Amino acid sequence: MSSLVVQGVVLGILTGGVYALMASGLTLIFGVLEIINVAQGILVILGAYMAFVLQQTYHVDLFVGLLITIPLMFGMGVFLEWAFIRRIKGDRITLSILVTYAIALIIEGILGYFFTTNYQVLHAWYIDATIPVDGFYINVIYIFVFLLSVVLLGILYFLVYRTPFGRRLRASMQNRTAASLIGINVSRVQAITFGIGVALAGAGGVAYGATNAFNPASSYDLIYRLLVIIVLAGMGSLGGSLIASLALVIIGDVVALVWSPVWSSTVFFVLLILLLLLRPQGLFGRVEGRKQ
Amino acid sequence: MKRVKILVLLALLLIAIVFPVLISPTTAVNDMAVYTMIYAMGVTGWNIFSGYTGYISIGHAVYFGIGAYTMALTCQAWNVPGGYLPFLLLPLAGLVACAFAVPLGFLALRVRRYAFSVTTIALMFIFQLLGYNLRGITNGSLGLYLPQPSWSSGVYDLPFYYVGLALLLLAIGVSWRVRHSKYGLGLLAIRDDEDRAFGLGVKTAAYKLSAYVISAFFVGMTGALFVYFLGTIFPQFVFDPIVDVNLTTMAFLGGLGTISGPILGALIVTPLQQWLLLQFGGSSLNLILFGSFLLVILLLLPQGIVPSVQERWASWRAHRLELARVKSLNGTKNQPALVEKREGR
Repeated sequence: MSSLVVQGVVLGILTGGVYALMASGLTLIFGVLEIINVAQGILVILGAYMAFVLQQTYHVDLFVGLLITIPLMFGMGVFLEWAFIRRIKGDRITLSILVTYAIALIIEGILGYFFTTNYQVLHAWYIDATIPVDGFYINVIYIFVFLLSVVLLGILYFLVYRTPFGRRLRASMQNRTAASLIGINVSRVQAITFGIGVALAGAGGVAYGATNAFNPASSYDLIYRLLVIIVLAGMGSLGGSLIASLALVIIGDVVALVWSPVWSSTVFFVLLILLLLLRPQGLFGRVEGRKQ
Repeated sequence: MKRVKILVLLALLLIAIVFPVLISPTTAVNDMAVYTMIYAMGVTGWNIFSGYTGYISIGHAVYFGIGAYTMALTCQAWNVPGGYLPFLLLPLAGLVACAFAVPLGFLALRVRRYAFSVTTIALMFIFQLLGYNLRGITNGSLGLYLPQPSWSSGVYDLPFYYVGLALLLLAIGVSWRVRHSKYGLGLLAIRDDEDRAFGLGVKTAAYKLSAYVISAFFVGMTGALFVYFLGTIFPQFVFDPIVDVNLTTMAFLGGLGTISGPILGALIVTPLQQWLLLQFGGSSLNLILFGSFLLVILLLLPQGIVPSVQERWASWRAHRLELARVKSLNGTKNQPALVEKREGR
C-alpha cells in the first residue's frame, strides 16, 4: 500500500512536468493575450505527430527532433496569432474559445486526413527500457521526459523573469494599455507569447507521444486536463500552473495505483469542485477587479 | 408594420409545418430536418441563460446527457414501449436536468465569465467520465438501447419532427416572455454590467441560477428527444463537447441574445454539419471544412448574422430618412452638398 503510494508519487513527479509544460503555455497565452486557447490540446498532438514523422521518415531521434519541432511550432504559433487571433473583434475571450476551437477542428481534420484516426506510438530504445528502483520499475523515458521538462521550464522561467523580453511580457500581462504607453510593442509581445505557448505545446507533445499512444482525438482528453489545471492554478499564474499540474498528476497516479485507474481522473475533478467552493479564484489567482 | 411581422411569422410557421410532408421521400433530408428542429429547441433554451446573461456555458452537454439518460433509463425501468408514450417522458427528462442544474449551477456560477466557461467545460467532462464509469446505471461504453417505435419508414421521422417543432415553439414562447419581462431586463443588465446591476438591486445570483436552470430544462429535453430519435445512447455521444460547441456556434452565428438569431444559427449549422458528415465523414475532411466555415464566420461576423443585418438595415433606413428630410427641406434636389457631407461620414 505505502509502496504503491511512493510509486505513484514518483511517477507523478516524473510525468507531471509534461503537463506543466503544456499548461504553462496555456496560462501564459491567457495572461498576455486574454484568450483561452482551446487548440492547445491538438497542438500538443501535432507536436507528437511531428516527432512521429521525423522519426519514421527521417530517422531523427525524438529529443534531437525537438530542435526542429520547437522552432517550427513557434513559427506556427506566431502565424496563427497574426492570421486569426489578432483579428478577433467583440467579446474577445468567448470568441477566442470558438476561434481556437475552429483552428483545433481544422488541425484535427488535417491530422485525421493524413494519419487516419488509428493510434500511433513512438519507438526508441529508451521507451521500452526500464530500470529497477526499490521494488518497482521505472521506464527510462520517464526520466528523460522529466529532465526535458525541467530544462524547458527552466528556460521559460529565465526568459520570463530574467530577460528584457520577459519584463515586457510581464508588463503586457499586468496592463496592456499602460505597457503600450511606455513604448512596448504589445502586439509583437503577444505574437511572440503565442508562439512560445505553442512551442511549449509542441515540446510537451513529443514527451506525451513518447509516453502515450495517441490519435487526433486524444486532444480532447488533454485539453480538459489542461483547462482544469489552469483553473485550479488561478488563470494566468505561471508558478501556480506548475504546482497544480504536479498535484493533479501525482494525485491521479496515486489513485490509479491504489484504487483504480478508472477513477483517477474523477478525483481531481472532485478537487476542482471543492476548490471552487472554497477558493473560486484558484490557488494562486487574484480576485478579479472591476473592469470598465 | 406589426401586422406584417405577424403575417411573416405565421408564414414561417406554416412552412415549418408543411416542410416534412413536402420532402418526405428522401429520408436523409428528413433526418436532417428532425435534427435541426431538436437543435433549434436546444439552442433557444441555451440562449435564455447564456445569451441574456452573457455567461457562455460550454458545458450544457451535461444536461443534454442527463436528459438523454433519463429518457433511456425510465423507458427501460418502466418497460415503456416504443411509440408516442416516450414523448410524455420528455418533461420528466427536463425536470431531472433541472434538478442537477441547481447544485451544478450554484457551483459553476461562483466564478465570473471566462472562468465560468472553463469550469462548465470541466463539469461536462466529469459527467462524461461518470457516464463511462457508472456501469451499473449507464452500462458504460456499451451503451443502452431505447424502445423503437413500429412506425413505417416513410413516416417515421414525422412524429419526432412535430414534437420537436412544438417544443421549439414552447422554448420560443418562454424566451420571448423572459426577454420582455422585468426578469429578462435583470438578466440583460447582468450581461452589460454585473456589478452595477447588483448595486441597483438586481439579485444577480438568484437571477443567474434561475436562468441557468430554465435553460437546462430545455437542453435536457433536447437530449432526451435526440436519443429517442437515435435509438441508442453512449456516454461519448451525449456528454459530447461537440454538442456544447454546436450550441455555442449556432447562437454566435445567428446572434447571441436575440430570439431569432440562435434559431437561424441552428437552421444553418445543423444541415451543413450533417451534409458535410454525409459527404466527407470517412476522411476527416468534414472537420476541416466545418472548422474553416466557423473561422470565417466568427472573424467576419463576430456579432452574428441577425444583429449585423439589423445594424445595416437601421443605418440604411436612417440614411434614407435623412435623404428624404433634406430633400423636403430644400424643396428641390439641386442642393446635394449637405447630403454628400453626411454620406462621407
